[in-house]
This record gives sequence, structure tokens and C-alpha cells, in this order.
Amino acid sequence: MSAHTTAAGHDDGHVHHHYTTTGLDNRKIAIWAFIGSECMLFASLIATYLIYKGRSIVGPFPHTEYVNEAGQIFKPILDIPVTSASTFVLLMSSLFMVLALQAVQIKHLPLPDGAGWWTRAQRSSQLWLFMTASFGAIFLMFQAYEFTAFVHEGLTVKTNLFGSTFFTLTGFHGAHVTAGVLWLTSLLWIDRTRGLGPQDELIVDIAALYWHFVDVIWIVIFTLVYLIQ
Amino acid sequence: MASIAAPTTAAYASGENENTGIWSWITTVDHKRIGTLYLWTALFFFLVGGFEAVLIRTQLMRPNMGFVSAETYNQLFTMHGTTMVFLAIMPLSAAFFNYLIPLQIGARDVAFPRLNAFSYWVYLLGGIFITLPILFKLAPNGGWFGYAPLTTNRFSPGPNIDFWVLGLQILGISSLAAAFNFITTIINMRAPGMSLMRMPMFTWMSFVVQFLVVLAFPPITIALFFLLMDRFFGTTFYAIAAGADPLLWQHLFWVFGHPEVYILILPAFGLVSEVLPTFSKKPLFGYNVMVYSGIMIGFLGFGVWAHHMFAVGMGAVADSIFSLMTMLIGIPTGVKIFNWIATMWSGEIRFTVPMKFAIALIALFTIGGISGVMHSSPPADLQQTDTYFVVAHFHYVLFGGSIRGIFAGISFYYPKMTGRHLDESLGNWHFWLNFIGMNLTFFPMHFSGLLGMSRRIYTYDAGQGWDLFNMMATWGTYLLVVATAIFVWNFVRSRTRGAIAGNDPWGGATLEWSIPSPPPEYNFAQIPEVTSRYPLWDLKAPEKTAGIDHSHADAMTITDAHAVPVHEETERHTAKELGIPMPYPTVKPLVVAFSMVVMFCGLLFLRNGMFAVAMTITIGGGAAMVAGLYSWLTAPLE
Repeated sequence: MSAHTTAAGHDDGHVHHHYTTTGLDNRKIAIWAFIGSECMLFASLIATYLIYKGRSIVGPFPHTEYVNEAGQIFKPILDIPVTSASTFVLLMSSLFMVLALQAVQIKHLPLPDGAGWWTRAQRSSQLWLFMTASFGAIFLMFQAYEFTAFVHEGLTVKTNLFGSTFFTLTGFHGAHVTAGVLWLTSLLWIDRTRGLGPQDELIVDIAALYWHFVDVIWIVIFTLVYLIQ
Repeated sequence: MASIAAPTTAAYASGENENTGIWSWITTVDHKRIGTLYLWTALFFFLVGGFEAVLIRTQLMRPNMGFVSAETYNQLFTMHGTTMVFLAIMPLSAAFFNYLIPLQIGARDVAFPRLNAFSYWVYLLGGIFITLPILFKLAPNGGWFGYAPLTTNRFSPGPNIDFWVLGLQILGISSLAAAFNFITTIINMRAPGMSLMRMPMFTWMSFVVQFLVVLAFPPITIALFFLLMDRFFGTTFYAIAAGADPLLWQHLFWVFGHPEVYILILPAFGLVSEVLPTFSKKPLFGYNVMVYSGIMIGFLGFGVWAHHMFAVGMGAVADSIFSLMTMLIGIPTGVKIFNWIATMWSGEIRFTVPMKFAIALIALFTIGGISGVMHSSPPADLQQTDTYFVVAHFHYVLFGGSIRGIFAGISFYYPKMTGRHLDESLGNWHFWLNFIGMNLTFFPMHFSGLLGMSRRIYTYDAGQGWDLFNMMATWGTYLLVVATAIFVWNFVRSRTRGAIAGNDPWGGATLEWSIPSPPPEYNFAQIPEVTSRYPLWDLKAPEKTAGIDHSHADAMTITDAHAVPVHEETERHTAKELGIPMPYPTVKPLVVAFSMVVMFCGLLFLRNGMFAVAMTITIGGGAAMVAGLYSWLTAPLE
């Protein structure tokens, strides 16, 4: 299906893309509709998190200390420095995604004489796709570490409203990152087997739109859940 | 209108079309066949939902009846609502989206034919998933709105609600996939010259509906996901003891639930907006305003959800705002009513069966609309909420409105879909019995409701002034059974016995009437170039469109060198003869849909603590789904 051009049934033997009203590919429009829908999905999750903020009866709490009836002390559970690092990693992956798309667009152009390593690197879509997917995977490892640490500190999905909303919201986002990593890995695989060129710009562009969207959502989550107390 | 193309239909009927076996239906990606599958499946579920209604009304016929138990009654009213909303009216609309949108915009198929097949299979499997439990008396029993915390484990410990939560989750995926598909189709697949403001009104209203689906389904997906987490994994979203807000579900549900009302009615509005001009021999009155009012209804539809919650005590400010918004939404709806009347005004009206259904929609929807405006006032609503008055209101809107629009659509487009007419006199019997039965069933409910009869009660004592009204309603329902039986007989019989219909049996104005009935698999041998809103009238009856300012060129129009002016196509060829590439039939969408439903089924086993079994089935289904998706996405479309 990807970048598959067909004769549109005209007897002049001229091969071209299907006629579309806007001139854009159908997939490009569908991904925007999909992202619109995803916005409402995350809006519902985030709204619920905000409505339930501060309503948990028992701890651990995100930003404040909690002492239970047995006198056990639970520190504020969110580890902002660590999550700042993972946020940085995810933002960097968006940068790599931009470079990957650029590489697909320009890799066919002849290299100027005496091109340095950076000019060469700019044309390696495999490198940037690998970096994007890897940084996505590193973000997921951070999240796995965070979830495990929270469970050890006594916060599960069952503990309180914070646990339920926090794990569901960030877990939903993590699932989106996982899907994105799978998607990018598939593109990398295609790139390694048959090579992605300018004719494949669209399929990389669509993956990039999704990836940037997932990133933007994380910025919102990071701000509302971690930074604002 | 003239006698055209009968021979081609006969050739079609004689089996010239090679692909008619059951496997061709399972692997089809043709929007017309998928539309037909939607139509048959949704009509089946419509009968199931109707049968549930008959049982409900029989139980309520007299005071203190023991026809069904209270528990069965709960399952019946829950499944009646769920079935009619999600398995009957929405997919009946989807049948028309599928069948008509590509034909009306001059396209050969939808944007993503295989995704379209996927939507249908998910709908079918989801429908079976949510309907089967009633045979084992395990059907969902928490109302179609499934209010949490009532539907949490604590108050609904059985598996009943599990089926409902997972079933709706599955059906939501079907609707969302279809909505992405139709949005793309309408934006991007229009024939040259088919600018947005030249689109037929049905396509326009469908377009608005797809946006409502895309924006309204995520909130209920999340609400259901929370409930699923609460029920299966012990989270606290709806656990009041843990500090949860008892209104969270209601807000999330109605943020979906009210746009859903417009998702149910706008396609019907679109259908009658095709029927009324055709049988009045006049262009639709105020086309632009009809478009804008449809969009306006879509927008305002997102701002009125809390009028379902006036009784929960949100406070005066919230009540006032939602009350005002609700009154406001009556305006664009009223505009539509008056425009339809103005369309008929001084037209040459032909009272065919579709026209009768369309006029009945105007009348009955207006009654339902007026009682709706009554509810918009919180003090009045407090008196009416949860009574049969509300039941009367939304049945006038949905049964009087949506279903009448759909029957108008079925009788109008049946000749296009099958090449044959429905029988006119059986159609008239159906219409009149249905019309009388509908009013006999639901009009008395206004009175029993105002006299205090509560919704969802399985029986009642005599002597409260409700007896006569309930008796009338039940006999009305029996009349509806007779009417529906006539319709089914007519629908099935006319496929082989109906009078042959040509390209354009009604004298229609839009592109779907320019091609043979039933349309060939490629729809248009040559993609038409559109120059006005009523291309066929310009061609065949210019006097109808003379002097109407609808043909001016605009910047939105992109022309294609290969398009030809609108013309009637009477020859029937195969796609191969014409050199038109058609999508390959494929079973992969069904495989992916099936694996996905298996994945959801696995979760059911969590209930009995069978964690290992549940995870095996769920992960197995998920893996099969991903593998199927890879196989699907790497196979060429055509």
C-alpha cells in the first residue's frame, strides 16, 4: 500500500497518483482526523486527573507527605528530576524525527564536494529513525522504572484516586509511545530492506505527525501532573 | 425519469456479475456491498430490539403483570436501548453512509475500502458479543446509560455489565474507524467541481455526523475504560468510598451521549432533505442555511450534555447555562423544519411512500422537539425527569424522527440498491400502520408520565390513572409489530418481484441517479465533472433549476483533465473492460476484527479469577491482531 502508485484507468498509459480533491493523500487527512480524536481521548483522561486532584483520601500523594494511621511516612511520590530527564529524552526523539523526515526528503540529492560528517549524517534516514525509536524506548524504560518504584513505595492503581488516575493517564500515554516505537521500528525495517526515498516521504511524514502529537501530549501531562503542584 | 436501462438490470439479475458467492461477501471491500451488509445486519438488530420492546410493553400492559421477572425486565430495557442506539439506528445510518456518500460525491469507493470492511466486521462481531448473553439471561442490566457507580462491581457483581462495557468498547472502535474513513472520503474524494457547497444534503449531514463521532466517542471510550479498570483491576475511579465523584460517569457519558442524539438524527435529516425536494420537484429551500444549521446543531450539541443531569443538583449557574444552550439548539433545528416546509410549499408534490415517511418525520420530530424544549427548563424538567414523559419525548425524536427518516431512505433508495421498486401498496400499509401504531404507543406516555409514572419500573399498581394509557401503548406496539412484518415481507419479496427501476426512478437531482441501478462495482465509468448542486436537473429538467443561484464557480473547485460533464450512464461493463483498477477482495479486515474481539473476550475470564486464561486469550488475540494488521498494511490495495 505504501507509496503504491497505480494507473487510474486512463488509456493514455500515463501513471499517476489517484485524483484527490485537495491534492493531498487520503492518509494525510485521515491521520489529522485521528489526531483530532486522540485529543479528545487525552482531554477526557487529563480532565479526570484534574477533577480528582487532591481528592485522594489516603496516600501516597504526588506532591505532599502522607502519614498513615500506623505512623508510616510516605514522601511525596513524584520524582521530578528523573521525569525531567525522561521528558528531555522524549523531546530529543522529536528532534530526531524531524531529522529522519529531512533525511528521507534529501537523501537522493548529490553530496557536495568535501561534505563533512554532518552533511553525510543528515542524509541517513536509518540513523535518525534508529535514534528516534531508541529514545522512545529509553523513555519507556524510564516509565517502567518509575512505575516499579511507585509500586515499591506503596502506590498501585488500587491505592487511591491519584494512583488510579496517574497510572491510567501515563499508562495510556506509554501505550501510545509503545505503538509509536513499533511503528518507527517498522519504518526502520523497511528502510533497511528496500531503502526509503523521497517517494516515501508521506509514510514517514504520517509517522512523524503521530510521534510529535504523542510528544506534545507528554508536555501537557508533564506540566499538569508533575510541575504544577 | 424516462424509461432507461431496464435491460442492464435484467442482465445483472441473471447472474452476469461473477462474484456473488458467500466468500465474495466475506472478502468484499466494495462500499455498496458493505452498505448492504450494514443494512441487513442493522435491520436484524432492529427486529431484535423491537422484540425486546414487545416483551417490555406486554409486561406493562396491565398493572401487576407477571409476564417477565424484574431482573429480566432490567435486562430487556437495557438491551432495548443499547440495541436500538448502537446496533440499529447508528448502523442503519452507516448503511446509507456507505452506500450513498461515494455515489453522491462522484467517487468510485470510500477512501479506505479495507478499513471500511473492518468497521463492518467489528460492528457485526461486537453486536453479537453484546446480544448473545440475553439468551443465557446474563444480558447487561444497568440501562443503556450504564450509570456508575451502579455498574461497578459492588452494585453489579455479575458478568452482565462486563458484556456491556466490552461490547460498547468494541462498537466504538467500529464507529471511529468508519468516521475517519468518511471524513477523508468527503474531504478528498469528491468529483471535480463538487465543491463543499454543491454537496447533496445527505452527504453534508453525514459529514457533520462523522465529526461528532470523532469528537464524542473518545469521552465514552475513556469512561468505559475507567469502568473496565474498576471492574477488572480494582481501580477507584467510581468508588465513592475512595473519594470518587459520583457524577464523573454522568458527565463523561453525556458529553458523548448528547452528541450521540445528533449522530442518530442528522443522517435522517439528510435523507429527508433528499426525498422532499425530489417529490416536490423543487430545489431544497435555503440550502446554505440548511448546511449552516446542521453544523450549528453539531457545535451546540457538545454544549448541552448536562441537561440530562438537571436532577442531580449541579447548582443554579450550571443549570441556567445548560438550559440556555438547550433552548438555543432549538433554533437551528427549527430552521430545518421550516425549510423543509418551505421546500414543499407550492411544489408539485407526489405522495409516494418515501415522501409520506419524510413528511411524517417533520410532524413527529416537531412534537418530540417541542417536548424537548419543555425539558430545557430545569423546573419543568424536575417534574418530568425519569418519567414516561421523557420516554415519550425521545421516542418521538428517535422513532418518530430517525427511524422515519431511515424508512424514507430505504423506500427511496431501495430501487437504487436493488434495481427494483418496493411494492407501493404494501409500503402504504406499512406507513399508515406504523404511523398510527407509533402515535398510539407513545402519545399516551406523555400523560402517564405527567401523572407520575416512573421509567424503568417493571410493574405498577392499579388506580393511579395509568392503566388506560399503558393498555393503549401496548396495543400500539402490537400494531407496530404488524406494520414491521409488512415491511419485512415487502423488503424481502421486492428483491425478486418488484417492478424494475431504471437509473432514475424518482426524477432525482444528484449524481447517484445518473448511473445504473444497482450501480456497477466501479460506480462511474467516467468520473463526472459537476457544475451545480442539481446536476441531473440541469441536464434533464433545466426548468427546475432555472434562475437559482447555485452554479457559480468558486475557488474550491479543482478540475481534473479526465473528468467529463455529468451525463447518464446506461451501459454496464465490467471494471476490467473499462480498465478501472478495483481493490482486491481480502479477508484480512475480518481476521483483524475477529482477533481484536477475541482480545476483548479474554478479559471476561478475569471475573472468575482465571488470570492465566484471560491473559493467554487477550495476548494471543492482540498478537494475532498485530500480525493481521502487518499483513494487511503490507499487501497492495489494488
